[in-house]
This record gives sequence, C-alpha cells and structure tokens, in this order.
Amino acid sequence: MAAIEILGLEKTYAVGFWRNRPKQALKPLILSIEEGETFGFLGPNGAGKTTTLKLLMGLIRPTSGQARILGMQIDDLRVKAQIGFLPEQPYFYDYLTARELLSYYAQLSDVPAKTRSADVSGMLERVGLKDSGDVQLRKFSKGMLQRVGIAQAILHNPKVVFLDEPMSGLDPMGRREVRELIEQLKQEGKTVFFSTHILSDAEALCERVAVINQGELKGVGRVADLTSSVSGKVELVWRGADIPAAIKGLGAQGNVIGDTARAIVPEQSQEAALEILRREHLRLISVTPLRTSLEDYFVSKLKPAEVAVGVNR
Amino acid sequence: MRRHIAYIASNTFREAVRDRVLYNLIVFALLISGAAILVGQISIDIERLVVINLGLTAISLFGVIIAIFVGIGLVSKEIEKRTLYTVLARPVRRWEFIVGKFFGLAGTLTVNTFFMALGVFAALLYVSQHFQHSDVWVLVALYFIILQFLIVTALALLFSSFSSPLLSAVFAFSLFIIGSFAEDLRGFAAMTQGATRWLATGAAYLVPNLSALNIVSSVAHEQPVSAQLVLFNTAYALVYVGMVLCGAILIFDRRDFK
Repeated sequence: MAAIEILGLEKTYAVGFWRNRPKQALKPLILSIEEGETFGFLGPNGAGKTTTLKLLMGLIRPTSGQARILGMQIDDLRVKAQIGFLPEQPYFYDYLTARELLSYYAQLSDVPAKTRSADVSGMLERVGLKDSGDVQLRKFSKGMLQRVGIAQAILHNPKVVFLDEPMSGLDPMGRREVRELIEQLKQEGKTVFFSTHILSDAEALCERVAVINQGELKGVGRVADLTSSVSGKVELVWRGADIPAAIKGLGAQGNVIGDTARAIVPEQSQEAALEILRREHLRLISVTPLRTSLEDYFVSKLKPAEVAVGVNR
Repeated sequence: MRRHIAYIASNTFREAVRDRVLYNLIVFALLISGAAILVGQISIDIERLVVINLGLTAISLFGVIIAIFVGIGLVSKEIEKRTLYTVLARPVRRWEFIVGKFFGLAGTLTVNTFFMALGVFAALLYVSQHFQHSDVWVLVALYFIILQFLIVTALALLFSSFSSPLLSAVFAFSLFIIGSFAEDLRGFAAMTQGATRWLATGAAYLVPNLSALNIVSSVAHEQPVSAQLVLFNTAYALVYVGMVLCGAILIFDRRDFK
C-alpha cells in the first residue's frame, strides 16, 4: 500500500506589488511512496522540495491537485496524528528545556498523559540528549537542535516521517548521527520521506529517489536504476609524461604525477583511447570502469549553471 | 480539541513569564508604593482619589502595553521562527492555535492585573487605614480594565495574523487611542450630516468603545456602578472579542506559510 500518494499537487504564488504575476513554485507533481520505504527527494536549493513538504503538511494550500497519506486526505486530522515533521533549519521555543518542549509536542500529538513523561525521557535518551534534557534550548548547539527536531518528529511514534534537509548545516559528526537515526527509523519499518541536496546521504540511505528542479519532477526510481541510465566512465592509467592531445580530444579529464598519467574518459571512448595509447607506444598500467554515482545522474538532469549553484557534496 | 487550546494557552503563558513580562510588576510596585507614601504626605482628604486614579490608570497602561507588544508577536514570531510549522503538522486546527494564543495572553494579563490590584489595595489600606464599602467599585473598574485588555489582545492578534509586528503595533495602538475616545467620536458623528455622518457613525461603531470601559474617574469619586452597565459592558466586550477573533481565524486559516 502507498504511504504517500501525491496526485498532481501544484502551487502557484501571486507575486509582485499588485500580486498580479503568477509564479509556479511546483508544477503538477505525481509521486507515490510505498509503506516502509526510505525515499529521497533531491534537488538544488529553490527546486520546490520545501514547497512540496509544506503542501503535504497543510502549511500552504495547493493551487490544484491533492495528496493522500496512509490513504487519507492530508487535511484529515487523523493523518496528522500518524505523521512526524522536521522543518528545514528548525528553531524551537528557546525559553523551554528540551524536556518541556517534547512534553508540549507530546500533548499536542495526543500522547496519553500516563506514558507522556516516560516517552519523553526515552526519546531524549534515544537522540543522545539524556543529560541535556533540562537545559534551555537557547544553550543548544545546531547539532543538538537538529536532534531535538528529529525527537519531536518521531516522539509520538508516527508511521510516516517527513524530514526537510535533515543534514543541512551539520558538521560530519552531526550528519553521521542524523544518518544513524534515519537508519533506525528505516529498520523500525517507518516510511521516511526526506528532502536533501546532499547526494551522498540520499545514496547511502534511500531505496528510491526523485529529482526535482525548478518545480518540476525530473526523474524518479531506484538509485541503481537511475545511475545505470547514465553512461559510465573509465579510468585509464599508463606510463608516460603527458596526456596525448588525441586523448584530450575525446573529452578526457586527467593528470600526470611523475611518470604516470591518468585519464578518465567516457565509456564509449574507451576503445578509441586504448588505440591512441597503442599508437603512441605508451605502456598501459590499468583500465578501471568507474561506478556511476547519483551525482552523475543528478548532474545529467540539471543544467550546468544550476549544478554549480545547487549541488553540495 | 479543547485540550489543545489549553496546552497552547499554557505554553503562551509560560513564554510570557520566561520572557520576563511580569517584571513590570516590580516597576508597578515601586510606582504605587512611592505614590502612596508621597500622597500620604502632601494631600489632604484626596489620598484615596489619587491612589485609585494613579493605580488603575497605571494598571490599564501597563496592561495595554503588554497586550500590544506581546500580542503582536504571538503569531508573527511563530511564523518567522517557524515554530508554527511543528505545531500545525500535528493534529491541531489553526483556529485552536489562535484561540489558545489568545487565552494564553489573556491569562498572563489577568494574573498581572491581579498582582497589581493587590498593590493598589495595599496602598489604599496604607493611606486610609481601612477598607470602605466603595472599594467594591474599584474591583468593578478592574474587571472593566481586564475587558479592555481582552479587546486589545484580540486586536493585536488579528493584526499579527496578517501583518508585520511593526505595522501590527501601529494598528493596535491607533485603535486603542481611537477606542479610548469612542464616545467623542459617536458624539461627533451625531453632529454631522449626509455621507460624513454615515462614515463617522460607521467608524465610531467599528472601533472598540474602550471609553465605556473606563470608569476609573467615577470609582475614584466613590460613585456606584449599575449592574446594567456591568452586564452591558461584559456582553459588548465578549461580542467584540468574539468577532475580532473570528476575523483573525478567517485570515489565519487562509494563509500560506511560505
């Protein structure tokens, strides 16, 4: 059964002083995410990822289209009890302690009073904030706030968890911790829908991903299938002091260290490159096919200018 | 559903307390005790009048300032800091959020007024050594002041639901000033003719009639307050607050949180 069904959701804002200029933030989007799936929603900054999440959370109203979560319409309050949401760069009531904040959210999520206190303590322990539970949030680091953010999103044991850029702005340790938390959710069988522009995270965590750019879905599928759709590259290493001009002409990128030269050429140019090396009497050391990454797929779906701005790996 | 309103209200109250809003009580305590000692020394037979006038006016002013400056941030701050997102992603309806916020600030102002009222009664006891029967009317005046706070809080919340904090403060404060002269505005409307009369009458009835809720001067002169006025003012304030909150909810319900 589909946990999330997005059926042509579209959002157009009226912009300008007189609000007479339409700006389409999201073109009609059709997407389906299965129960228990960890799904990555990829795109550069401003691609429409947050707009999609806000539409699903009911924070903005769609211009047209609809969506269902666990078979129910998104404005159904019963759905809200089954989902958890972490907004991008979350900021919480900093006059509260982590424990007070989670208790407040537990109240709003209708967590029974009998188990509320134990649930909050358990969650603080789970996200590694057991010793900081009674510290006011204004004293928390960004990484700690992100952990509080994830705690509030999963506190009420939701079936579907939406995370907007959960690794954004975190240091490598923080990213690793958040990644581990998502792994745990995955093992618990929860459906996780997270947006990111950090491709390595999506590649490591997701079964399927979708790529969105300028409000339009550019591709969706299993990571392996998507990457196989992009033609691969091959690394050639030989003994030599430079890279022949004919190899450079094949679109190769390479470098020379000492008397060893290295070039990466498109898979389809492999034979031509080997022929050039043979002709030049250069001694071949190795030929290694390079694995196509999600980044290659992502790049193939975006224009070069947008990639330079949006991709952060 | 009602539980959500209570949770949001209690969190709003906690925010106000932790933001040191109630620190104004210290300033008020200093003001009222200083005034009581001073008038005890310089005025003859009008000590009570001065203490009641000064005390109730200060309570009203402090409360209105809190209602406006805390009220305008109630919604806009939550949107700006995106704390609202994590609340509305839960089984909480938008109207529950607005009503909860309203009751939270209304509760803060009532507690604040209660402590300030204790100060006024302590000062009255100090200057006249005993309580009088007419002190009951001071309680009624305090009740009307709380009704004023409810109206101003609802207005601040209404403006906060669609406007920036600065504009909300300007709108709410302007309406408070105009509302304090609502009776004069109605008098002016009665004297005009034609389209001006329609416009002035419309404006006079649209703005909150806060002057009808200000009986500080009459209770200072120990004049009784009729039960009819209490009932009428209560009904007026509740209906006005209800309508303003409905407006705030209608606007908030249609908003996109970009």
